[in-house]
Amino acid sequence: MGSLPSSATRLRDDLVAGRITSVEATRACLDRIERVDARVKAFLRVDAEGALEAAAAIDRRRSSGQSVGLLAGVPIALKDILCTRGQPTTCGSKMLERFVPPYDATVVRKLHEADAVILGKVNLDEFAMGGSTENSAFFPTRNPWDLERVPGGSSGGSAACVAADMAPWSIGTDTGGSIRQPAAWCGITGLKPTYGRVSRYGLVAFASSLDQAGPMAHSAEDTALLLEAIAGHDPLDATSADVPAPRYSAELDKPLEGLRLGLVRDHYGAGLSSEVEAAVREAVRIYESLGARTVELSLPHSKYGIATYYVIAPCEASSNLARYDGVHYGYRTDEKAMLGELEAERRAALASGAGNAARGEAAAAAVDSPLVRLYRRSRAEGFGPEVKRRVMLGTYALSAGYYDAYYLKALQVRRLIRNDYDAAFQQVDLIIGPTTPAAAYRLGEKAHDPLAMYLEDLYTVTANLAGIPGISIPCGTTAAGLPIGLQLQAPAFQEGLLLRAAHRFQRVTDWHLRRPDLS
Amino acid sequence: MNDPARDHSAEPAGEAPYELVIGLEVHVQLATQSKLFCRCSTRFGAEPNTQTCPVCIGLPGALPVMNRQAYQLALRAALALHCEIPLFTKWDRKNYYYPDLPKGYQISQFDLPMSRQGWLEIRDPKGEFAPKRVRITRAHLEEDAGKSMHDEVAGRADSRIDLNRAGTPLLEIVSEPDLRSPREAKAYLTELRLLLVYLGVSDCNMQEGSLRVDANVNLHIATPEGPVATPIVEVKNVNSFRAVERALAYEADRQFEAWRETGQRKGDVPKQTRGWDDQRQITYGQRHKEESSDYRYFPDPDLAPVTVTAEQVERIRSGLGELPAATRVRLETDYQLPAYDADVIVNQESAFVAYYLAVADGCGDGKQAANWLTQEVLRLMNERNWTIDRFPVPASGLVELLAAVKAGKAPATRAKELFGAMVDNALTLEAAMERLGIAAVSAGEIETLCRQLLADNPRIVADVKAGKSQAAASLIGQAKKRNPNVNPNDVRATCLKLIEQM
Amino acid sequence: VMALSRADVEKVSLLARLQLGPAELDRLTGELGRIVGFVEQLNELDTRGVDPLAHALDVANVFGDDIVRPSLPRDEALANAPKRDDECYRVPAVLGE
Ligand SMILES: [Mg+2]
Ligand SMILES: [Zn+2]
Repeated sequence: MGSLPSSATRLRDDLVAGRITSVEATRACLDRIERVDARVKAFLRVDAEGALEAAAAIDRRRSSGQSVGLLAGVPIALKDILCTRGQPTTCGSKMLERFVPPYDATVVRKLHEADAVILGKVNLDEFAMGGSTENSAFFPTRNPWDLERVPGGSSGGSAACVAADMAPWSIGTDTGGSIRQPAAWCGITGLKPTYGRVSRYGLVAFASSLDQAGPMAHSAEDTALLLEAIAGHDPLDATSADVPAPRYSAELDKPLEGLRLGLVRDHYGAGLSSEVEAAVREAVRIYESLGARTVELSLPHSKYGIATYYVIAPCEASSNLARYDGVHYGYRTDEKAMLGELEAERRAALASGAGNAARGEAAAAAVDSPLVRLYRRSRAEGFGPEVKRRVMLGTYALSAGYYDAYYLKALQVRRLIRNDYDAAFQQVDLIIGPTTPAAAYRLGEKAHDPLAMYLEDLYTVTANLAGIPGISIPCGTTAAGLPIGLQLQAPAFQEGLLLRAAHRFQRVTDWHLRRPDLS
Repeated sequence: MNDPARDHSAEPAGEAPYELVIGLEVHVQLATQSKLFCRCSTRFGAEPNTQTCPVCIGLPGALPVMNRQAYQLALRAALALHCEIPLFTKWDRKNYYYPDLPKGYQISQFDLPMSRQGWLEIRDPKGEFAPKRVRITRAHLEEDAGKSMHDEVAGRADSRIDLNRAGTPLLEIVSEPDLRSPREAKAYLTELRLLLVYLGVSDCNMQEGSLRVDANVNLHIATPEGPVATPIVEVKNVNSFRAVERALAYEADRQFEAWRETGQRKGDVPKQTRGWDDQRQITYGQRHKEESSDYRYFPDPDLAPVTVTAEQVERIRSGLGELPAATRVRLETDYQLPAYDADVIVNQESAFVAYYLAVADGCGDGKQAANWLTQEVLRLMNERNWTIDRFPVPASGLVELLAAVKAGKAPATRAKELFGAMVDNALTLEAAMERLGIAAVSAGEIETLCRQLLADNPRIVADVKAGKSQAAASLIGQAKKRNPNVNPNDVRATCLKLIEQM
Repeated sequence: VMALSRADVEKVSLLARLQLGPAELDRLTGELGRIVGFVEQLNELDTRGVDPLAHALDVANVFGDDIVRPSLPRDEALANAPKRDDECYRVPAVLGE
């Protein structure tokens, strides 16, 4: 039950050098899960047997001198929204509680090809909708730094399992901040790649034009290596970019001369907590001390990011989630009960005519058909409140007469937001600022105010809308000891630059090395 | 208006107290190997649910990738329909719930279809309606749904869903309401099918669902207060062209009666959908919930838009080859065929036209070639259920036969018999002549034969000399008995000449 | 745009195929109304002539070749069906829909 090296990169080096076997590393992770996950509750499913088997096979191949993949033998956890062949993929929803995909997501296939060892699937807000992992249909995940607080979300399980050292790294997904925000709140590094950088094939869609899978790890160095393994063009995803993926891990130490950092004036307004602001200003000072130049600039439309996002994402979601209807897969309501309910409604409708047969008939005709009721009950019982809220919102915004007012309008503002970024990146190489307005809140604290929760995404959604990459790295803690995240954003396909800048910061700071006390 | 509907279809338009206004929506399955957004086979007739994958089942996480060939075929069809090709087109989701639609939306094209504003000319070779250009509103690509199977008798029993067809590429071709009679509608469908089969865009097999027709129909009634339009009715999924004709004729009568009873005009009631009952030969109302028409179209974020350049469009246009309408004109002008013959030939598959052209060019007589093809060749093809590709005598064989007849090497009277032998036994002309014992008869042989005949029939010689030249006719019969290959005209002429010399 | 009424929400719930009880309808009428009200801040912006941005990645003409690949074995395709027979998915009769 040896403890693991402090980073995935170091673990990989040790595996290559034969200082540790994959079975030992995997067992160490499984032991750690055993010890702490009852409290953190990051994992939905641990595949101990499969992981140990895979680890043993990789050890055998390595010891017999066969070639092994880039991540050979290093354990990893997957957000349970990536399809895994023959392994349940629930999306944190009762709807897919028993769904077993007959195929692997491209990201999963690439991890297999890189000989990573998959430990299991981790918790999330249902269908990635939410920012606290409280919207999981199964249980909320806790923040390892304070078990009474949320880990963030929707990739809360992915962040918490890394922060608590149950896995050296993990895969999350980010539609409006779902990698960066939990990374910030759990004190780890998380990168949302450029839209199209990582294949979405097999990533269960929430909002297709915004979703991206990405690496979550302790350091920028680990993040670079994991991104290298999963990035690249995929002919199965028509929105995947046909742009070669560089060897990010090999370029981390390239010099960063004359780095120009954009300081967004609009980020420092009402709502930003003073502790977060102080930590971010200190991080900026560190960059300046390393030779970076800072330029103040404005992204004038970024304040419309949340409103834009909460039109586009629900619209796409309302359509993406239409497939969960209890017909071909997923949850189906009890048919007998459903038919009984309809019969009772029909009888009540007929009686409501009160002697007027035609009126009764008309009321009865308005009762759902069995098929429509099967859909409505299956979906009502299979989805949780946040999913229903967004499906309703998107359905409304797309419905007759509202398309131009909401969806088209939002797509136009989305263009303005992207134009802001294009203009900003004429002046600066990266944009620097807070990942979130505040640190992690207490469980249940925002559950009753969806709008307040949506506002947490203020600094992150614009990168999804513009399609650009963003990274969150630890840059401090609050007085209460909660991690604070620093966000860097780059032009499309400049993940290399983003990672180099993050790595430079982590060479002179130790926030990413700190660990919560879970003893 | 008591005439049975089926007689009405034969009535020329214009005699009724109203004008029938028809627009057609035709869905054709494009002739690809694989589906529109995944690479499952589109082969017809497979066991249920054996041609599906995560994409066409709509499994969580699966993503569509567009079939290049489907777009190319659609472009060919659109250009042949004289459509404009916008340089930018995109994919939209049409959202609705149905068990044969596993994603809960159909990938289709909404506001920026891949083509629009074309036309198709229809003509009636019998002249029952004037030639007209039917305007095409648009033609767009979309995916097909799966199949729901239900046993109506079983009532409450489950429906069964087969997704093999889900995701099959369709081209939806929408006409303007330019058709004025069931006959015009049928002519439009026939011409459209011919064009698409010529282009290789679709096999248009209605039995296999490769061509499906929905008709929008209403009446414009002349009243003393001015013209009145009746509510538009959509007749769905009519399964043959004949049924389309009948359904439209039935609708004309039904709508006129309904107008007389209710006075309802277009706009008074929502658009109604009716099905066609082929057994009872009637249309019937289908239940239609109001909300189901709110499809919430929006651009599909999973698919990239498609762009073309004017040069690419021109390249495809110039590669279309000769289309049926142009072939008809060429047959009429270059080969001097009557419109009717040209129509019969062109309305066959394009290989038949090629066969015709080879025969006509080979024998140098377009009309003679047309007679042979429209009578003999087509008759045999129909009798034996052959396509022209499977016809046992190549065009060159028929050319050889016609040349032999012309040169007197084969008797014209036995040409059809010879052709029949060539077809039945897949023989060359030479072999067929040998089998039938036909040899060309030389002028010398005929003279020898005639001299014998005259010697054996002195009475006939006398009659002819006395001026009754028709008496020579009985010599022909005798001549044919002695040598079946002789040409009767030659025998007659030779006999008369010899008698004159006597 | 007019304020969202409870009847609107009820209509949308049918479009979205969600069965919502009276309490849920009440709650959602309030919540959706507030979110829609918030979203209406977009109307502050004059977007006339602005090209909508539907795809973050600027690509066109992504095609696959028309080559048949193996489909799923039928049992695998039907494996997740809540109700099925040996050949097909099963649902309550779709007649009259
Ligand atoms: Mg259609
Ligand atoms: Zn398929």
